Amino acid sequence: MDIRKVKKLIELVEESDIDELEIHEAEESVRIRRRSPVADQTLATQVYVPSPGAALPAAAPGAAAPSVVDDASAGHTITSPMVGTYYQSPSPNAKPFVAIGQRVEVGDTLCIIEAMKILNQIEADRAGIIKSILVEDAQPVEFDQPLFVLELA
Amino acid sequence: MFDKLVIANRGEIALRVLRACNELGISTVAVHSVADRNLKHVRLADEAVCIGPAPSADSYLNIPAVLSAAEVTDAGAIHPGYGFLSENADFAERVESSGFIFVGPRPETIRIMGDKVSAIAQMKQAGVPCVPGSDGLLGLDPDRHRRLAREIGYPVIIKASGGGGGRGMRVVHSEAELQQAIELTRAEAAAAFANDALYMEKFLRKPRHIEVQVLADGEGRAVHLGERDCSMQRRHQKVIEEAPAPGISATERQRIGAICVHACEQIHYRGAGTFEFLYEDGEFYFIEMNTRLQVEHPVTEMITGVDIVKQQMLIAAGAGMALVQDDISIRGHAIECRINAEDAVSFIPSPGHIKMYHPPGGPGIRIDTHVYSGYDVPPYYDSLIGKLIAYGDSRESALARLRTALGEMIIHGIKTNIRLHADLVRDPAFCEGGTDIHFLERKLGM
Repeated sequence: MDIRKVKKLIELVEESDIDELEIHEAEESVRIRRRSPVADQTLATQVYVPSPGAALPAAAPGAAAPSVVDDASAGHTITSPMVGTYYQSPSPNAKPFVAIGQRVEVGDTLCIIEAMKILNQIEADRAGIIKSILVEDAQPVEFDQPLFVLELA
Repeated sequence: MFDKLVIANRGEIALRVLRACNELGISTVAVHSVADRNLKHVRLADEAVCIGPAPSADSYLNIPAVLSAAEVTDAGAIHPGYGFLSENADFAERVESSGFIFVGPRPETIRIMGDKVSAIAQMKQAGVPCVPGSDGLLGLDPDRHRRLAREIGYPVIIKASGGGGGRGMRVVHSEAELQQAIELTRAEAAAAFANDALYMEKFLRKPRHIEVQVLADGEGRAVHLGERDCSMQRRHQKVIEEAPAPGISATERQRIGAICVHACEQIHYRGAGTFEFLYEDGEFYFIEMNTRLQVEHPVTEMITGVDIVKQQMLIAAGAGMALVQDDISIRGHAIECRINAEDAVSFIPSPGHIKMYHPPGGPGIRIDTHVYSGYDVPPYYDSLIGKLIAYGDSRESALARLRTALGEMIIHGIKTNIRLHADLVRDPAFCEGGTDIHFLERKLGM
């Protein structure tokens, strides 16, 4: 789905009283939910696009998204240290590095971010339990983009 | 024409590039630091990618981050703007080897012109007049230094070959100061440019800074768009620029323009470029070439009607340059004031919150700025926040319109140098035209 269209939809939700907007278009769909304190934070803004060959996986640009995880109360947010493509597993058919509910220690690999053909392992900087995974496999991510929320323990 | 372009810059020039892309139907990707999420062009771009923290070294100068952003957005081309990576030959090379189009000259051209000594040698070969000088690097022999300086004649200026743009230079007035000046400049150059190569030139006493804008298609065809006078400078930073240069005749323009065009054709130059000269007693002396778009390009656009950024895109896309020299004519006069977020007297930078921004308008007034009411000028980057350009059918008309426009312009919340410009456009010597590159510093009592 065209990123411009998604941006427009996000603006629509922001400007109106709508709490949640879901649109299906052929095989694509978008659900945009207004940020609320009790809502399931991890699904606040997600865009689903058909995977292979999709030109524009949407990384929520700059300040446009109506909400991302409210990290302050939820736990420790791990953000991307670079621009690249997020991969959840060491290789295409392998098991993901982490799953929700899994405990990680400092230094454990959480994911790979690929930039310019180099696969960078992103490690946990704190120990805790994975509370949320905010990105999709093969999604482009920007610097500082929230990736995981850890419940510190 | 490529579909999508990464704007690898910030501020007013990023907005300028975005506007050209919009006109040409090119999708835009704004790469930006965390401090620049609210830049006007970031908010307007089709896509935005945050590439690093505020410091330039980690963001706008971060080559892997810029390339990675181009990769994940599937862009076709990258425009480097001015400053930052625009004259970094390694960057241009990596852009191209990664499969993107670099909107600018070939990496080898950038490399040759970035080394000031090799640039001069190249220009001499092409028949471009240069400042009398050492014609090569200074070695370590103090006797040779003294001989050179005596031949050239004091005062001389010691310059770093890896420098340029006013950095890494020192004036020497007498033989007694020569060796120490060379050693100091060498140390500074090593620290600032990781390159301690030096050369020596005659220091001209009252030259004007006159530069010639060129466009070339990379296949041996080039045109010039006339000259600009950028003599109004403080610490080698331009403050006011104008086109055409007062007092330069059409014949002189044609002559120096043809020399620059010939040099471009010889080196198969590609894209936009500027030949910088010092002009004294009717003679042009080449000092350096800028292989990029310049801040002051608007004054040339106003008097020729040529959209230089659009031409850069067309040339980069391989669409060729739909211009021949006969198409280009100079009409009227344009003057540009660089509006900086700084104290008009102390020049101390003044970042902060712009409570109100109100632009001037009217016939012949052009503003290139990214600021808006409510915008926060960050402290991490240079202080240029906008350019106010006035065009008129004569220099008097352009000056008068500029005075009016400066009077209408309001920027509240931060300090700016608008008052300095208001003073300069009323200065009798400036109004007469032809002031030299030391004029402003003398006026400011420096």
